Amino acid sequence: MAREQHDYDDIPGTFVFDAERSRQGYGINMFCMSLMKDENRKAFKANEAEYLKKFKLTPEQTDAVLKRDYNRMLELGGNIYFTAKLGATDGHSFQHLAALMTGSTQQDYAAMMLGGGRTVEGNRSRSGKNAASKFIGARAGKSVAGKRKAKSTPKSKSKTRSAKRK
Amino acid sequence: MARIIAGIGSSHVPAIGAALDNGKTEEPYWKRIFSGFEKSQQWMRETKPDVAIIVYNDHASAFSVEMIPTFALGCAAEFPPADEGWGPRPVPVVQGYPALASHIAQSVILDEFDLTICNKMEVDHGMTVPMNLLFGKVDKNGHWPCPVIPLAVNVVMYPPPTGHRCFMLGRAIRKAVESYPEDLKVVIFGTGGLSHQISGPRAGLINSKWDKNFLDNLSGNPQKLVKIPHIDYMREAGAEGIEMVMWLIMRGALDDKVDEVYRFYTVPASNTAVGHIILANRGRGGARKSPAKPKRAAGKLKRAAARTKVERIRG
Repeated sequence: MAREQHDYDDIPGTFVFDAERSRQGYGINMFCMSLMKDENRKAFKANEAEYLKKFKLTPEQTDAVLKRDYNRMLELGGNIYFTAKLGATDGHSFQHLAALMTGSTQQDYAAMMLGGGRTVEGNRSRSGKNAASKFIGARAGKSVAGKRKAKSTPKSKSKTRSAKRK
Repeated sequence: MARIIAGIGSSHVPAIGAALDNGKTEEPYWKRIFSGFEKSQQWMRETKPDVAIIVYNDHASAFSVEMIPTFALGCAAEFPPADEGWGPRPVPVVQGYPALASHIAQSVILDEFDLTICNKMEVDHGMTVPMNLLFGKVDKNGHWPCPVIPLAVNVVMYPPPTGHRCFMLGRAIRKAVESYPEDLKVVIFGTGGLSHQISGPRAGLINSKWDKNFLDNLSGNPQKLVKIPHIDYMREAGAEGIEMVMWLIMRGALDDKVDEVYRFYTVPASNTAVGHIILANRGRGGARKSPAKPKRAAGKLKRAAARTKVERIRG
């Protein structure tokens, strides 16, 4: 059955771990959970495909795990807090996994984070239909942000709240 | 009676715990983060709470995908640090406060919040990292300065409870605390966030404008925040940024009007924007009978508030 569509499927580069994925990915996540124990890590490393049989994964899920395709694991119901345990079993830092999922080198990824992270501009929506939140953030604070740059007295900045200008 | 005197918002980035445990706090990258909490630790030493209620989330440590409680209250006498795959963090076992915890459970369930009760639970970095940030480093064989009541919230599987629901639970917790006869000064932590995404091709997302707006409104206009739908959190603050709803439980447990004692914000810690705020109820200090101490504390708080009224936000 096709996956039910949700508003959050429009967020680019994001696989929201919802109740449906939680059900679908139960095996992947329980497999990852088993890696908390050293004896299980050893057993998995000794024969990965054999070890995975205990967790009743689908062929696609098994393939994603064996290939360490972290995005595909998320798409098929894995959750990042769980799949990170697989990364740790391979001896990788979390940043290594993050770089892998974003298709960049660890060095570039680390540099992006130090530079303030990935901007939300241009990363809100696949369809392009969804503008910034009307509650808080860029749109709500736009006029304030504009004023701030123009003003030279930093002390008055904190007093202007976007909340008051509605 | 018991009284909530202040609320604390704090990120709970696991790498902060690792930096502390591995003696990296003096490295410039980490010093930038730890130095932002020095004033808070001073405030905490002066405030001397009797109990802390800590709202946090578990990260596949105590709960897997077998059971996913939306709100789980720790009523045990103690909570050992969980083994998150590298051995338990070298921090003391967290002492609980079962009498107050079960009083809260009873009160809020009758107020229609259907909590899960945990009489045995391990706690992960989600709780112990904010404790370190506010209480400082505590030796494994030492003692945390006060007992803790953990409240674990599901923010891992979508949907977490709504911001409004979280805020109202805060209200119910406050009512429960105030109906507890023992004379106690209680602080409540909301942890997690701020903006971050650690999963998928969009990992690394940070939205400082959103974060700053969130902190501003948390102080002065929380009613605006309770209306934010989940989609906005995920789109603007990252798939994992949705854990910011936990801060609204803390805010709901405070007075409508609060004093912002302190604020700190920096990017990044590992993959996350670090946010921190201390909000004090204006009628605070009423829990202690001795008049001298609270008065002094209140004066100090006011001076601290004047000094630090909005630590400059970067970016």
